[in-house]
Amino acid sequence: MINWDVIFSVSLESLVGATTIVYALAAIGLNVHFGYAGLLNFGQSAFLGVAAYGMAITVSTFDLPFWLGILVGLAATVVLALLLGIPTLRLRADYLAIVTIAAAEIVRLLFRSVSLSEWTGGSDGLQSFSQSFYDLNPYSGGISTTLISFSARELWIITVGWIVVALALFIVWLLMRSPWGRVIKAIREDEDAVRSLGKSVFAYKMQALILGGVLGSFGGYIFALSLAAIQPDTYGTEFTFYMYTIVILGGAARVLGPVVGSMIFWLLLTFINALLPALVSAGTIPTSIMTTNQAGAVGYILVGVGLILLLIFRPQGIFGDKKEVMLDAR
Amino acid sequence: MPGEPTGAAPARAGSTARDRATEALRDVAREPGAAKPDPILVADGVVRRFGGLTAVNVNHVEIQRGAITALIGPNGAGKTTFFNLLTGFDRPDEGQWKFNGDAVQGVPPHKVARRGMVRTFQLTKALSRLSVIDNMRLGAVGQKGETFWRALIPSLWRKQEAEITERADALLERFKLDKKREDFAGSLSGGQRKLLEMARALMVEPHMVMLDEPMAGVNPALTQSLLGHVKNLREDGMTVLFVEHDMDMVRDISDWVIVMAQGQVIAEGTPDSVMADPRVIDAYLGAHHDGAPDPSAPIDNEPAAGPKATDGPAERE
Ligand SMILES: Nc1ncnc2c1ncn2[C@@H]1O[C@H](COP(=O)(O)OP(=O)(O)OP(=O)(O)O)[C@@H](O)[C@H]1O
Ligand SMILES: [Mg+2]
Repeated sequence: MINWDVIFSVSLESLVGATTIVYALAAIGLNVHFGYAGLLNFGQSAFLGVAAYGMAITVSTFDLPFWLGILVGLAATVVLALLLGIPTLRLRADYLAIVTIAAAEIVRLLFRSVSLSEWTGGSDGLQSFSQSFYDLNPYSGGISTTLISFSARELWIITVGWIVVALALFIVWLLMRSPWGRVIKAIREDEDAVRSLGKSVFAYKMQALILGGVLGSFGGYIFALSLAAIQPDTYGTEFTFYMYTIVILGGAARVLGPVVGSMIFWLLLTFINALLPALVSAGTIPTSIMTTNQAGAVGYILVGVGLILLLIFRPQGIFGDKKEVMLDAR
Repeated sequence: MPGEPTGAAPARAGSTARDRATEALRDVAREPGAAKPDPILVADGVVRRFGGLTAVNVNHVEIQRGAITALIGPNGAGKTTFFNLLTGFDRPDEGQWKFNGDAVQGVPPHKVARRGMVRTFQLTKALSRLSVIDNMRLGAVGQKGETFWRALIPSLWRKQEAEITERADALLERFKLDKKREDFAGSLSGGQRKLLEMARALMVEPHMVMLDEPMAGVNPALTQSLLGHVKNLREDGMTVLFVEHDMDMVRDISDWVIVMAQGQVIAEGTPDSVMADPRVIDAYLGAHHDGAPDPSAPIDNEPAAGPKATDGPAERE
C-alpha cells in the first residue's frame, strides 16, 4: 500500500521548507559570483560555514548575545572573502576556483580539528545557540492541514527565511539593473575590455565576492538555526555542488533563478526519495531491482539524469535566454 | 574632454585639423625618434623581453598631439606589445614614458584609461552578452551609479544615466549601429564589433585613442566609413595612434608614420617618405630582396593567424 498523502505532503513541505530557503540563499550569493560576475567560487560552503560558526561560537562558546553572533558571522564572511580574493582576483579566473575549493576544505577541517574543539566542538559541532532566536517566535502553535503541517518553530524559521530571501532578491535586482551591475556583468564577459574603459576590475570583483558571500551567509544562519545545531561535515564540497546545480537549473544571471531552482531541486529530490522506498516496500518495484536501502542512491541518480537532460534540452535553465547561452558557441 | 589641439604651428582660421597636423609635422626630421613640436606622448628606453626575445626596444619616440599617427611594421614587430606597455596592460623591463606631461609607467590600465589614453584590441573585445547600448554606456567614466552603495538608490544616478544614454545613442547613430541598439553585442558581425569597440572607446572621452588594427577583418564596404570616423576623431581634437597593415589606408589617413621592426623604431616620416625608405622595404621583405619592389603595394594584409596571448597578459593590474 503506497501512502500517497505522505509522499505529496513531504514534497509540498519541501517546496517552502527551511532546506529550500538555505539553498536558495546560498545560490543567490553564488549567482552573484558565478552568474553575474563570472567568478568561479567553488567554496561557497565555506562562506555559509564561517557565518554559521561565527554566530554559534559567539553565542554558545562565549555566551554572548545572538545579534552579536550574527555580526561576528558577517565579519567572518567578509574576512574570508578578502582572504580568498586579494591573492587570486588579480590572476586568471581559474586561480580563484582552485583556491576556493582548497579553502573550503581547510575551513571544514579547521572546524572539526581536535585542537580547536574547545571552541568549535570538533566533529560534534555546536548546539544551544538558537534559543534567543526561537524566543522571538510569535507563533503560539503550528499549522496542520491535510496537505501540510509545520510546527511553530518551523513556521518561525520559514517566515524569517522567506523574508530574508525576499530582501536578498530585492538587493540583487536593484544592483543588477544599476550601472554597478553593468560593470559586474561586463567583467564576466571580458576583464580587459572593462579595464580599457577605466574601471578598476579588481575592486569590482572584490565587491562581488563579498556581496555573494554575505548573501550566502544568511543561508548559513538559517541552516544552523533550523537544525538548532551545526556540524562541520555538512559544509563539504558537495554542498557547493548542489548550489551550482541549483543556479544552473534556475538559469544563471537571473534574479529569481536560484529560488526557483532550489524549489524544483528539493521538490524533485524529496518526491523521488519518498516515492522510491514506498514503491519498493509496496512491491511495485521488486527487490531484485533495488532494496529500500538502495532507493536513496537511485533517487540521486535519477535526479542527476534529469539534470543532464535539462542541460541538453534547456541549457539556459528555467529562466535563461537560449539566444544568450548560444552566443558563446559562435 | 578631448584634448584641445594646441599644435605649435599657427592655426589659421578655417583650417582643418588635418592641415594643422600636416603643417606642424612639416619640419620634423624624417628619422627614428624625431622630436615633435607638441608631443602628447613621449617614450624613452622602453624595453620588453619575453625570455630571450626582445619584443620591444624603443629608444625614443614622440607622438604629435592632434595628429593621426600610424604604427606599422611586419608581423611580430612588437606593435601590440608596445600598445600593451603604453596602456598598462603589460609591464616593461625598462623604460619610462609621459602622457600629457605625466609619467604613466607602472600605472594600472584602468587609470591610464581615465587619464585619457584609451585603446582598442587587435582581437575585438565586444562584451557579448551585454546589449550594444549597454556596451556603450559602460564606456562613460565618472558614473555615480557605478559605486556599490549609490547603485542601490536609483534616484542618485538616473539623471546621469539618461545623459550617458543620449551621448551613447548619438555615437551609435554616427557609427551606423543604432539599429542594433538592443541586440547582444555577441550577435554583431566582425566589422560591426570593430565599430562598436571604437564607439565604446569614444564614450570615455579620451585625449588619445590607440587602435590596434581597426580594419582587420572589416568588409571593404565598411572600411570607408571607418576611415571617415578615424579622420573625424582628429577633427574633434583627438590624437590617434593606430596599427595597420593596409598601406593604402595608412597613406590615406595618417599624418605621420612610425615603422617598427624587431622591436625597434627603424623609420619615421610622412607616409610617402616612409614608403620610399629602403630600410622599410628591407624590414618588410628581408635585407636580401632582389630588385626594387613597388613600395605602394599592400605589404601584408593578413591578420596574424591563431589566438595570440599578446592582447591579454596572464598577470594584470
Ligand atoms: N606574452 C608573450 N609571451 C611571449 N612572447 C610574446 C608575448 N607577446 C608577444 N610575444 C612575442 O613578441 C613579438 C612581438 O609580438 P607583437 O604581438 O607585439 O607583434 P605585432 O607587431 O603586434 O604583430 P602583428 O602585426 O602580427 O599583430 C612576437 O615575436 C611575439 O611572439
Ligand atoms: Mg599586433
